[in-house]
Amino acid sequence: MREELITSGRMNAHIDPHLEIWHWHIPLYLFLGGLTAGILFFAALYTILGKEERYAGAVRRAPVVVPFLLIIGLAALFLDLRHKLYFWQLYTTIKLESPMSWGAWTLMAITPISVIWLAIHIQEFFPKWEWKNIILKDLNGFFVKNKVGLAWVMLVLSLILGIYTGILFSAFNARPLWNTSILGPLFLASGLSAGAATIILFARSHDERLLFARIDLMLIGIELFLIIHMFMGFRASTQVQIEASGLFLGGPYTAPFWIFVVMLGMVVPAFLEILELRHKKIPVYLPVALVLFGSLMLRFIIAYAGQFSRWLY
Amino acid sequence: MAHKRRDFIKISSLSAAGLLFGAHQLRSARPDFNKTPFSNMRPVGSVRTSTYCEVCFWKCAGWVYKDQEGNIKKIVGNDDDTNCNGRLCPRGTGGVGMYYDQDRLKTPLIRVAGADGQQTFREASWDEALDVVAKGLAKIKQEHGAECTALLTHGSGGHYFGTLLKAFGSGNIAAPSYAQCRGPREVAFIATYGEGLNSPEPTDIRDTRCLVLIGSHLGENMHNGQVQEMSDAIDKGATIITVDPRFSTAASKSKFWLPIKPATDLALLLSWIHLIIENNWYDEEYVEKYTYGFEQLKQHVKSYTPEWAYGITTIKPDVIRETAREMANAAPSVIVHPGRHVTWYGDDTQRLRAVAILNALLGSWGRRGGFFVPEKAEVPDYPHPPFPKPARTWRDAMDGKFRLADLALANGVCEATIPSVRMDCHIKGWIVNGTNLIMTLPDKQKTLEAIKSLDLLVVVDTMPMEITGYADVVLPECTYLERWDDLRIVQGRVPNVALRMPATDPLYDTKPAYWIAKKLAGKMGLGDYFAWENFEDSLDWQLKQIGSSLDEMKRIGVKNLPREYGPLYFQDGEDKEFYTNTGKIELYSTAFAEEGFDPLPVYTPHQEPPAGYYRLNYGRAPMHTFSRTANNPNLTDLMDENVVWVNPKVAKEWGLTAGQEVYLQNQDGVVSDFPIKVRITERIRFDSVYMVHGFGHNHKQLSRAHGRGASDSQLITRVLVDPIMGGTGMRGNFVTFRFEKESEVES
Amino acid sequence: MRYAMAIDTKKCVGCADCVVACQTENMVPIGYCRDWIVEVTDGTYPQLEIEIRSERCNHCDNSPCVRCCPTGASHYVEGGIVKVTQHKCIGCGACIASCPYDARYSHPDGYVDKCTFCDHRIKLGEQPACVAVCPTKCMYFGDLDDPNSEVSKVLKKRKYKSLIPEAGTRPHVFYLI
Ligand SMILES: Nc1nc2c(c(=O)[nH]1)N[C@H]1C(S)=C(S)[C@@H](COP(=O)(O)OP(=O)(O)OC[C@H]3O[C@@H](n4cnc5c(=O)[nH]c(N)nc54)[C@H](O)[C@@H]3O)O[C@H]1N2
Ligand SMILES: Nc1nc2c(c(=O)[nH]1)N[C@H]1C(S)=C(S)[C@@H](COP(=O)(O)OP(=O)(O)OC[C@H]3O[C@@H](n4cnc5c(=O)[nH]c(N)nc54)[C@H](O)[C@@H]3O)O[C@H]1N2
Ligand code: SF4
Ligand code: SF4
Ligand code: SF4
Ligand code: SF4
Ligand code: SF4
Ligand SMILES: [Mo]
Repeated sequence: MREELITSGRMNAHIDPHLEIWHWHIPLYLFLGGLTAGILFFAALYTILGKEERYAGAVRRAPVVVPFLLIIGLAALFLDLRHKLYFWQLYTTIKLESPMSWGAWTLMAITPISVIWLAIHIQEFFPKWEWKNIILKDLNGFFVKNKVGLAWVMLVLSLILGIYTGILFSAFNARPLWNTSILGPLFLASGLSAGAATIILFARSHDERLLFARIDLMLIGIELFLIIHMFMGFRASTQVQIEASGLFLGGPYTAPFWIFVVMLGMVVPAFLEILELRHKKIPVYLPVALVLFGSLMLRFIIAYAGQFSRWLY
Repeated sequence: MAHKRRDFIKISSLSAAGLLFGAHQLRSARPDFNKTPFSNMRPVGSVRTSTYCEVCFWKCAGWVYKDQEGNIKKIVGNDDDTNCNGRLCPRGTGGVGMYYDQDRLKTPLIRVAGADGQQTFREASWDEALDVVAKGLAKIKQEHGAECTALLTHGSGGHYFGTLLKAFGSGNIAAPSYAQCRGPREVAFIATYGEGLNSPEPTDIRDTRCLVLIGSHLGENMHNGQVQEMSDAIDKGATIITVDPRFSTAASKSKFWLPIKPATDLALLLSWIHLIIENNWYDEEYVEKYTYGFEQLKQHVKSYTPEWAYGITTIKPDVIRETAREMANAAPSVIVHPGRHVTWYGDDTQRLRAVAILNALLGSWGRRGGFFVPEKAEVPDYPHPPFPKPARTWRDAMDGKFRLADLALANGVCEATIPSVRMDCHIKGWIVNGTNLIMTLPDKQKTLEAIKSLDLLVVVDTMPMEITGYADVVLPECTYLERWDDLRIVQGRVPNVALRMPATDPLYDTKPAYWIAKKLAGKMGLGDYFAWENFEDSLDWQLKQIGSSLDEMKRIGVKNLPREYGPLYFQDGEDKEFYTNTGKIELYSTAFAEEGFDPLPVYTPHQEPPAGYYRLNYGRAPMHTFSRTANNPNLTDLMDENVVWVNPKVAKEWGLTAGQEVYLQNQDGVVSDFPIKVRITERIRFDSVYMVHGFGHNHKQLSRAHGRGASDSQLITRVLVDPIMGGTGMRGNFVTFRFEKESEVES
Repeated sequence: MRYAMAIDTKKCVGCADCVVACQTENMVPIGYCRDWIVEVTDGTYPQLEIEIRSERCNHCDNSPCVRCCPTGASHYVEGGIVKVTQHKCIGCGACIASCPYDARYSHPDGYVDKCTFCDHRIKLGEQPACVAVCPTKCMYFGDLDDPNSEVSKVLKKRKYKSLIPEAGTRPHVFYLI
């Protein structure tokens, strides 16, 4: 029998008996980051493609929620910091190797852009809106004129944001479950899927709804493929990763992951969307809600299970 | 409890769900009562004062460091001190916790309700409390005689209260460090060499080539100098032979581990002696020159072959041979370690006699790498009048038993307290200083019976321990970090003295023992025995007698003096006179023969655990000292409860899982007050369980110790008394597991 | 200059003196620790072996904790010591998640704390507190670049290992085996 004990009574809070340094804040923040990245990505994409009128839901309507979601996400991130008064230190340096630094700066850039985007589309919701202030009015005019340029910037930033939400975890070698390059694309796909689903809610036309249902379906397909790929990668890897994947294959996270994330969050909504594409009457919000729920759970479960997995030595 | 580190695979899905939904908040973080400010104060180079440690009785000298505000920050060993060589053990380092423990006794207390173990007291002034004590003692003197009082003590305060009691007219002064600890060893070595080992033991471990540990679990037993020297010996490639039924830390460092069946050590020792004599491996010249009774010994051990011992000890004959040869090859640089807590099975003096004999045959006594000749500084006592001769002592209650005991028996004092027809006067008043008798003495019922028949119980302590619960008056002493005390004068390779001075003023309304004793003496008309004005003056006076001064000692902390009585080891061919009847090292003990005991050790079998029971084995954890550290914030942070070690086979039989809480019940039906967690480990035999002594406190006032783990003492109700010197053998108890505690079984 | 520590598992008795000494020296609040003891028992009674290790931050050469820190609070100082600047640390926890040895903890005051190799003592020419206190003298500390330092010498003489070398962090606490 092998017996391995920490005999000094070590019980560092948040570390022992296993890591619990990140709670709900980080997964929520990552979810909102991914979701907003998805929305902004499609908004930018269809602006650049010149399809603003056809897909007004994506370009003009859905992004209205983005600034609010980003602020909630940032608030969650802030709440998670344990040395809050020093948070401004994030903006005293750019650390290219630190995903946290990337995220902080990307959010710093993308949040104002999302506000501008909201501002220049405000008439969509308040048709009688007039900018009273001369400066604001001028600014508005400037951005409206350069909207495509702005969209390009937004496209790039939203991609960075989307990938970052996945890379944040996968940068941690120390946690075998996170130590896979698939998390980046997976979280990106999940964020885009959540974004697409949200756009469905805001879509004006049936045409637009169908497009985003199709996009969503495709993204879900990619996600499922990535998940299978991820597990195959784990099983073929080191002992620690085999054990980490065990958390989902018979281990304590098996049920939450396969039921909440894969079944309810991917397979069922995909099925509903297929039905919808086949012109069956499905309440619009149902697959959307499921996709959003699945996307949220994915982050929660990966965050918690990842903290549970560790090197054995 | 030490936790399994790699436990993630085992968590249940329930806790996974808990994790998801924030159950982490429920997990209690430890209290941050020591929360530090955002500061960079570093104790290096700050103010320091000299002390010597009182967390155990090795008495390492050290320095107390304080920050700019005068707060005690850390304690570090004194480099010049030969007891510690600048390195304290974890308990000494964690000694700061004694001072900061907010559960400390804070003011004198006087009992308001019956002496029932509950701490029902009212606070009192020192004057009032000491009046009660002085009056109580005077009353006992008047009604029964001064000799009907006793002092039970462990620690530096014992000297002052001892002086007080002797001045008062009583000679009943006992410490649990004798009959519950090293008594049998002292008697065995006095019988053999004419002198005991005392403390610190003069074992020359650093230079030894072969160290034999019989039970001594150095590394868990953190007696500092020995642990340090064992490490030196490992570095120098010495052979370590550990005889222990449990895979102790020392066993894991040993070349030979002899996993002996408990209670059979004497058979192994006799067989070693047999081999060493049969093979002429003994030191012929040494034996010839210095010893008495070799021929009798030779005859006596003829039949104790390794094959015979194998049947008893389960140690294979070739292992017994090989280890005997290792010892012989290393001789005389070999130490068959006499151990310290040796009150195991009631025949302990005889077992230790065998140890003493074995060392004599190997010629290790007085030899480099064996036992050195210790010296001790000679410092006169501060002058006081002579003591009156007590009319009677505890020995009179013993019916002539235990005459070979060279010190008083704590259990003997108990016995002399319990009324019986044999005696006309029983002890009526106790002063208990620095010993938690309830956890320290086996057979708690007997201790309680003694306490019940007292007219007065005064307890001097720093903590609200079990014993204070029974006191009529509790006198709170300040901790060793807040007081002056006697000079530390202990034996060693070089004679030396060390100074303890207060690092800070006492917290709360606590006082040093010398102050308490002097005040009491004043009230009892015995002030002459404490003639000094200030305690420091008495120290200065003493120090001046040896060519030092208080000022010098404050600066250096420890003063090493030159040896006065010759070299550290016997010289070649040197004539030696030993303080025995024959003037020789007595392999055959004439003193034992006179008293009617076996002059040569004889093996007798001991009782074995009945089916379903396991021998209760206990010992030390490196970061705790008995019960005195059980509430220490720094040390409980390292270990906050004891666990019961169970062999995997036994665990399987009982369906026990790691970390499960069980109650232990002993052969007399006593069930532990508290449950104890199971540690499943291969390190313990299938016929025993093991636990660290000093846990399972049942006083709520001890906020960190209360209910943590279980008390071995409580389960030691069968006491195997050593017929030779009255030591209380404690390892003849057997326990079994219970999953629920039935309230009707009372302990 | 490259500081390193070597710990002799053959002499360490697991007494945790190094833990208390670190706590009192570095004002580590009770309930937390910068170093800790791991005891590994292998075998079946009576064929048993124990390895005892006093563990702490390994002051890795290739430290994920420094890399992932968004503010630069985690950084290297002279001699390869990895340190945290308290007033730069935002308490985001990234470095804690990034350390394969779980050597860092979140101080109740908010910042992240860990072993500093007692650089405040080294500067004064003293040994780290844990090394200085260890009753078995089983810890060796010094400059790897100096062939005459205690660590260099003992590492030359003895077999040793480091923890999870496959994590690629290049630790600088070595265990003599
Ligand atoms: N950390 C720490 N150190 C201490 C103390 C402390 O409280 N804490 N107290 C000090 C004091 S006062 C003393 S007296 C000493 C006591 O320390 P030791 O003299 O070392 O005490 P032992 O009773 O010999 O040690 C217990 C060991 O005996 C083994 N044992 C049990 N039964 C048998 C048996 O039948 N045969 C053999 N061969 N071994 C057996 C146990 O498995 C255990 O390993 O420790 C001193 N050092
Ligand atoms: N079951 C069992 N019983 C044993 C042992 C065992 O291993 N198991 N070991 C035996 C041995 S070897 C020994 S030496 C004895 C030791 O027995 P004790 O010395 O009685 O041991 P402790 O339980 O530590 O009790 C010490 C008491 O002193 C108090 N104290 C601490 N510091 C001070 C101080 O500065 N001043 C005063 N006035 N009080 C102070 C503490 O609060 C505590 O109440 O126990 C023996 N009894
Ligand atoms: S051995 Fe430890 S507890 Fe005992 S006196 Fe020395 S430092 Fe103090
Ligand atoms: S102080 Fe030394 S012997 Fe004790 S646990 Fe630490 S490294 Fe090991
Ligand atoms: S042990 Fe951990 S905290 Fe220390 S340098 Fe390496 S990665 Fe960083
Ligand atoms: S917790 Fe502090 S030291 Fe760690 S990564 Fe964040 S800012 Fe850096
Ligand atoms: S080197 Fe200093 S900070 Fe690091 S564990 Fe040792 S005592 Fe603590
Ligand atoms: Mo003892």
